[in-house]
Amino acid sequence: MTQPNDMPLTRAEKRQARRFRQFDNPWLNPKLIWGAGLLLSIVLIGLLGRFVWDLDLVFTGSSPLKLPPIGFENLRGQSGVAAHPIGTDGGGRDMLAMIIVGAPNTLFVGLLASLIGMSIGIFLGFSAGFLGGRVDDTIRVGADVMITIPPLLILVVFQSAFGDVSLTMMALLIAGFVWQSPTRLIRAQVLSMKQSGYVQMAQLSGASTSHIMFREMMPNLVPYLFGSFIASVTTSIVTAVGLEVLGLGPQRIPTLGRTIYEAINAGALIQNLWWWWGIPTLLLGIIFIGLLLINLGLDEVSNPRLRKLS
Amino acid sequence: MGRIPRSYLINRLVTFVLTILIAATIIWIIPRLSPVDPAEIALGRMAAGAGSVANSEEILAQLRANMGIDQPLILQYFKYISGALVFDFGLSTAAFPTPVSTLILNALPWTMGLMILSLLITFFIGNLLGALMVWDRSPKLVKVAIPAAMVFTSIPPILSGLLLMWIFSAQLQWFPLTGAYSIFVEPGWTWDFVKSVLHHGFLPALSIVVVTFGFWALGMRGLMIGVQGEDYVKLAEAKGLRPRYILYRYMIRNAILPQITAFALKIGLLIAGQVLVERIFAYNGMGKLLYDAILNQDFPVIQGVSYVIILITALSVFLVDLLYPFIDPRIRHEAT
Repeated sequence: MTQPNDMPLTRAEKRQARRFRQFDNPWLNPKLIWGAGLLLSIVLIGLLGRFVWDLDLVFTGSSPLKLPPIGFENLRGQSGVAAHPIGTDGGGRDMLAMIIVGAPNTLFVGLLASLIGMSIGIFLGFSAGFLGGRVDDTIRVGADVMITIPPLLILVVFQSAFGDVSLTMMALLIAGFVWQSPTRLIRAQVLSMKQSGYVQMAQLSGASTSHIMFREMMPNLVPYLFGSFIASVTTSIVTAVGLEVLGLGPQRIPTLGRTIYEAINAGALIQNLWWWWGIPTLLLGIIFIGLLLINLGLDEVSNPRLRKLS
Repeated sequence: MGRIPRSYLINRLVTFVLTILIAATIIWIIPRLSPVDPAEIALGRMAAGAGSVANSEEILAQLRANMGIDQPLILQYFKYISGALVFDFGLSTAAFPTPVSTLILNALPWTMGLMILSLLITFFIGNLLGALMVWDRSPKLVKVAIPAAMVFTSIPPILSGLLLMWIFSAQLQWFPLTGAYSIFVEPGWTWDFVKSVLHHGFLPALSIVVVTFGFWALGMRGLMIGVQGEDYVKLAEAKGLRPRYILYRYMIRNAILPQITAFALKIGLLIAGQVLVERIFAYNGMGKLLYDAILNQDFPVIQGVSYVIILITALSVFLVDLLYPFIDPRIRHEAT
């Protein structure tokens, strides 16, 4: 008698087995994986592109002007060439090189700003939830006040007053506006966890405050923290792109937003230079869709009731 | 204000006033930290117009006196704050001597009109679609198509605006490329003008609607899942009420309430997104005003526009907070 395990599984059985494994591990969520894959592909473009493509082509005038991607023709009747596979812009820059340099810059601003914002949020949220009293009041009112101020408007004032800023500086500025929602979220969670049995147990057994914070509470906060982090990455990138499209932000470093700004200003829409604004728009779209999918996936990880719906 | 406890009211009022005050203060401090001297910018503009400027030292001093920046900082600050309270931001430096408030008053109706219209449309479509996603009787197509369409809702409206502009204005030429109304039409309450405004406003509004309805749909989906299992829904089904009636009167009506607070938190981002849409469509609103001011380094206008938009945001949050207990009687504000 042969064991059923030795039999090659049929396709349907394999699919079912896969489903069961997914059911066991909520982190193997298809949305999460797709979202992470999309973001990873952007990172890979930036990392691998550096080795295979000549990055000196990001400089103005290094290439012919307004060449279309391969297989297309521009209004002057020029067709795309292999030296510039996705075309060139109105300043004579190679679009592929612009993307290899620009796309990671955009992601970098989003990640750095939210990392800083999250750290501030974790610190303030825990302090407010744990210490209570005056500290809590101050932090709560501060977060409530700051959460209604749209970051874009303040940063517009800042950057138009100071002129050129670096990428890191822009990320730092944006970080000043993405700590509020993590703070509120963590404060609320800490307040409710403080009442829970296991935290009180730890307190009774004499565990230190830092032990309770980081060993007892933090692990339970992880899905929320991730979700909040992804949301603030989205906000940061939206704000950064907004500033860049208004012509602010770093002036000499290629970013996706700045490329769009230059394309609009040069009338790329009327001249039908769709690759100039379209390719950065597409990449930003991929970044945002990737972030959304990760967030939806995380929602399903932390809220099992949503899982059966998808 | 029968149902709202006074402590809650005071709490919200303090938050509102603090928001305005802090925002106004930040906006005031930032340009003062900058090495750029507004008087020198104004002088530079004169020099660019005239070729050369004689007695530049005297003119600089006079400009500084006009702008009030020769006074002590603390005096300047209080003057600015008391001015901001009555929407007096001084004179525009680029469109000298038009007061900033006049420029803002001209732009504000366009922004508000576009915003309210697109908000109403998105709120309606988004919540309906979100509810249909959960409802077990909605057609299968709805359950497959909506989640797929919702992928696009993470995209900021500026990107959808660019795409729509290219397809419908540049390629198909169904809609005008820029502006809020045709330059051949005299502004006024005539049919031609209204038609032109609607024609020009359609694409900017659509680009906002396309990418924001999913936010409401997603929120509504989560809320509907919660409502679905409630006893009163089961009771309504047991009573044999028509499913459609149950959906509208029992489920959506109860689920929609928290969406209104979600709106309050989202409005800041919505306005910021719309400002950018106005900039790419060169729509006559606050976005275009802001962009032109950035190009001209016109600080009074930049400050004024930022301040007014933050004020609108804070005011809507404040109003939603106050109205909420009236909309949802289940909420009781505890005196904390």
